[in-house]
Amino acid sequence: MTGILSLMLAVPLVAALACLFVSASGARWIALAGTLIDFALGIVLWANYDIGGAQWQFVEYAPVFSRFAWALGIDGIALMLIMLSVFLMPICIVASWTSIEKRVPEYMAAFLLMETLMIGVFMAQDIFLFYIFFEAGLIPMFLIIGIWGGANRIYASYKFFLYTLVGSLLMLVAMLWMVNFAGTTSIPKLLATDFPAQAQTWLWLAFFASFAVKMPMWPVHTWLPDAHVQAPTAGSVILAGVLLKLGGYGFVRFSLPMFPEASNEFFWLVMGLSMVAIVYTSLVALVQNDMKKLIAYSSVAHMAFVTIGIFAFNRQGLEGALIVMLSHGLVSGALFLCVGVIYDRLHTREIDRYGGLANNMPAYAVLFLLFTMASVGLPGTGGFVGEFLSLIGSYRASSLVGAVATTGIILGAAYMLYLYWRVAYGTSRNPDAAAMPDLNARELVSLGAIAAVVLWMGIYPESFLAPMRNDVGLLMARVERAAPSGDAHLAKSSNVPAASAAHETAAEGAHH
Amino acid sequence: MQIQLLVFLPLLAAIVAGLGNRFIGNFAAKLVTTGALFASCALAWPIFIAFLAGAAEPGVYPVLSWIHSGDLNVDWSLRVDALTAVMLVVVTTVSALVHLYSWGYMAEDPSQPRFFAYLSLFTFAMLMLVTADNLVQMFFGWEGVGLASYLLIGFWYHKPSANAAAMKAFVVNRVGDFGFSLGIFAAFLVFGTVSIPEILAAAPSFGGSTIGFLGLRIDTLTLICILLFIGAMGKSAQLGLHTWLPDAMEGPTPVSALIHAATMVTAGVFMVCRLSPLFEQSQTALTVVTFVGAATAIFAATVGTVQNDIKRVIAYSTCSQLGYMFFAAGVGAYGAAMFHLFTHAFFKALLFLGAGSVIHAMHHEQDMRFYGGLRKHIPLTFTAMTLGTLAITGVGIIQVAGLPSFGFAGFFSKDAIIESAFASGTTAGGIAFVIAIVAALLTSFYSWRLVFLTFFGTPRWIQSEHIQHALHDHGHHHDDPAAEDAGHDTRPHETPAHAVKEGTGGYHPHESPWSMLVPLGVLSLGAVFAGIVFHEAFIGVEGGEHFWRGSIAFDEHLAHAIHEVPLWVKLAPGVVMIAGFLIAWFAYIRDTSIPGRFTAQWGVLYRFFYNKWYFDEAYNVLFVRPSVALGRIFWKKGDEATIDRFGPNGAAALVKGGNVLTGRLQSGYLYTYALVMLLGLAAAATWAMAR
Repeated sequence: MTGILSLMLAVPLVAALACLFVSASGARWIALAGTLIDFALGIVLWANYDIGGAQWQFVEYAPVFSRFAWALGIDGIALMLIMLSVFLMPICIVASWTSIEKRVPEYMAAFLLMETLMIGVFMAQDIFLFYIFFEAGLIPMFLIIGIWGGANRIYASYKFFLYTLVGSLLMLVAMLWMVNFAGTTSIPKLLATDFPAQAQTWLWLAFFASFAVKMPMWPVHTWLPDAHVQAPTAGSVILAGVLLKLGGYGFVRFSLPMFPEASNEFFWLVMGLSMVAIVYTSLVALVQNDMKKLIAYSSVAHMAFVTIGIFAFNRQGLEGALIVMLSHGLVSGALFLCVGVIYDRLHTREIDRYGGLANNMPAYAVLFLLFTMASVGLPGTGGFVGEFLSLIGSYRASSLVGAVATTGIILGAAYMLYLYWRVAYGTSRNPDAAAMPDLNARELVSLGAIAAVVLWMGIYPESFLAPMRNDVGLLMARVERAAPSGDAHLAKSSNVPAASAAHETAAEGAHH
Repeated sequence: MQIQLLVFLPLLAAIVAGLGNRFIGNFAAKLVTTGALFASCALAWPIFIAFLAGAAEPGVYPVLSWIHSGDLNVDWSLRVDALTAVMLVVVTTVSALVHLYSWGYMAEDPSQPRFFAYLSLFTFAMLMLVTADNLVQMFFGWEGVGLASYLLIGFWYHKPSANAAAMKAFVVNRVGDFGFSLGIFAAFLVFGTVSIPEILAAAPSFGGSTIGFLGLRIDTLTLICILLFIGAMGKSAQLGLHTWLPDAMEGPTPVSALIHAATMVTAGVFMVCRLSPLFEQSQTALTVVTFVGAATAIFAATVGTVQNDIKRVIAYSTCSQLGYMFFAAGVGAYGAAMFHLFTHAFFKALLFLGAGSVIHAMHHEQDMRFYGGLRKHIPLTFTAMTLGTLAITGVGIIQVAGLPSFGFAGFFSKDAIIESAFASGTTAGGIAFVIAIVAALLTSFYSWRLVFLTFFGTPRWIQSEHIQHALHDHGHHHDDPAAEDAGHDTRPHETPAHAVKEGTGGYHPHESPWSMLVPLGVLSLGAVFAGIVFHEAFIGVEGGEHFWRGSIAFDEHLAHAIHEVPLWVKLAPGVVMIAGFLIAWFAYIRDTSIPGRFTAQWGVLYRFFYNKWYFDEAYNVLFVRPSVALGRIFWKKGDEATIDRFGPNGAAALVKGGNVLTGRLQSGYLYTYALVMLLGLAAAATWAMAR
């Protein structure tokens, strides 16, 4: 199986180049074929992934020059995120089939290039290779928003750029320092390096600057609503579905295992920002009139479940965060597709222009409801499994964080159901909205496929948890070993005894 | 295999009817769902009877693994014991009858397959809830019934009021779920498991320990119980989180009978009973349960006395009866709580379906002020409603001088609760007892008021807009699909003079079709006999122990003590029941000017009750409007005026010294970005080669 990772990177790249030399319809078919082949390769990759085997599998190594190397390899966490990317890509191509009319070959090429760069992020085992993929992946996104976006696209992509720029510069400096200190660019080796505690503090902050923007965390989230609003539908799907996961992946891959002491030190910074994000952005989502803005704000709130889970320093939190990343990728992607479906018909994102769609678009109403419920975290959908685990993990770390974050389930229900009510229920306010046809075959297949996976993840999440279990275990072992004060610190600042502490208290109680 | 079929048949039927109705048609969709429910019901009764006979063993049937994360292990499985068996018969019986009833009630509705699919989906979720072996699966069922309830309340989704009610139900329930979730988290933190039997087994060893919560130190088990109880309060519409239930009457009446009376709203009571060994460990939590239950019982009863909408009266009655069940659990009489849940399911479903039959006959008029004199026109419905009223008010004769007692269902279950509260001997129990007696008086009053206003007196139909519609606008298609009622279309256009005088307007109410009358008949049997047949098994001193076999914390001593209470305690519920009847009779039959004079004299009190103690208004001011206002402030003042102003917009202004120049930066940003990235990489390369 050696070489499959390079192959997966090469297929979209070759397809992207091919797209540039053909007609619009040719480009569409090439893009679809390219992404489908990559999806098929992804399935092969998953099928051949040895759960419980070596930590890094499908490893490839080829020196380029000096210390730079073409080093690829994946663990279970990367595998799942690669699967998410290659699954969403063909759906994005299908969603752009008729809605993109200008410069189709370039558009398809940009998407395919982005696919290569995104999955490259998850595959890279060399820190500079990671950096290239991580930063270059944003360029096609700038283009997609800046060229094929809405009326205010320049401002949106400028904002996106400005936020990212500051973060990535700091991260690069930190990376240079780390490589200098450890004498290696290999990520597995860096993962085994213990950085001095003082250095960790500012290294952590430098990485945090980059990842927090990508997540995005409050208060560096304001680029996201604008970017979503201006991006074409498929751009929003990838932005919410995959690009937002890069920040979470960065935290899991770098911040937590490489700087455990610093992660511990900044526990309340992360938790505080996340708690604010959940309450603040949920309330903002409640008063939005633009569908995409509403879902964008809900994404910020959902990504806060990821950060509280990751920095809870326990298995439930971390596994929950990873499942939230996967399920949010699917669900928010699907919600943006749902917006796209009606945007294509009426060319407005204004919620008040719709209403009563359950009448003329019953199939759409059913699927939209399913994704709404998944976003709300209804048990039986993937959203629940992730949120539940990450909340239980955060409660374990601090009851305050657990309690504040859990208010998200109330607020989430409020803004999502209010959205659904205004769009699907009620009487139609406009004759043109009432005349919109139901889903066509393309839309039905795309949304139906995502719905199936969302339910699968909700009913039998073991398929998704099993490949990541070992890697989470290794991460936990590393965090616990490097930060033995972590638990005590958390217990002290939150007054919540861990399970063992509670047992002791009970034992004392029994003695009396 | 039996239990798997029982639980999953309704799900299968829901999927077939919901997704496949375009291919199989309305009739097949209805047949599949109704058939599946009758099959489930036929499977449930033998299980229940086996437990009654002591011939069945409790068991857990694994289905599929679910969430495994470290020491957290959650699986899909079906637990069957006596407590589950009771719920299985209640859920499947009422659901099957409601399915059948809906053939008639929803006959004119254009989206019947959707309705039946939702009903079956609800039943599946409820069955998952009652068969849960761990807290997380219980939460799955909990949220599943919440979803079904949301969909069914908002079934007529073109009505803004229905949508608002549906959303309110879901969000208010989510407030309860917030507590439930934290309860699960805390239980997992303490016990290291979410399995219900393991938690119940381990609970006693944690008595007296404390745990930190939000910076406080609280008794561990009290905290867990109260958090979980907040969930129960939401689902069972207890005071504070009750506001969604009356509004839920926006849903079609069969839904009100099934979900908002007989089954879903009792889930909270079921949860407390299921976890009764845990609650037994915390006297504080039990006291809270008692007070919340008692407060709800009296609150809802006061509101119920002054409502005019027939369904709202029954809704507040449900709320009040749920309060009875809770304080029964609070004083430790779990058997009595479950018994009342069981009997209440029959007579309250009967009352709701009876009300549906009245509404059906009265062309969707729900205001009792426009009823009157209906007993001659719809005698079967009248009989059923009367039997239901006799059951809820607790008519019966107590055991005197060796003669066996006889009574309607509520007589056995409600009186057992009232006596348990007295016999418990605690202060909370004593207060609950007094409140329960007063609430019983009100229950009797509002129940008979409903009967008298609807079935007795002179017809007042002509003032009803719905009846006017029926008389003048026949053939005209209403917006409300359910209101397109066949059978009323051959009506004279001009109202004869004598009809106006009579108040009928010439309108002729029709008795409902057999599909609606059969469920009324079956439930009437339940309302009459459920008490006398099953009271020994549920609350008998020996029978109870024998039947429950540890599935609830059955208190033999309390079961015994209720037979030892003074005679006046035994007689009190009967006395207030008769008093309530007499007051209602005086006010609504003998001298119908009394209510008007009363409201004129006690206007403040009347308005306070009529406006439901102003809970909705208060919540609006306290929660809804501040949330929206905060959302706007955060958005406009926070995101736009602060973060963006000093963030990206400010940066652009700072760097380029003015807005004119930002355009140039904006158009060139991509090159800048690529340049910065390349410079960075060049630095990296330089470093790599320099070493």
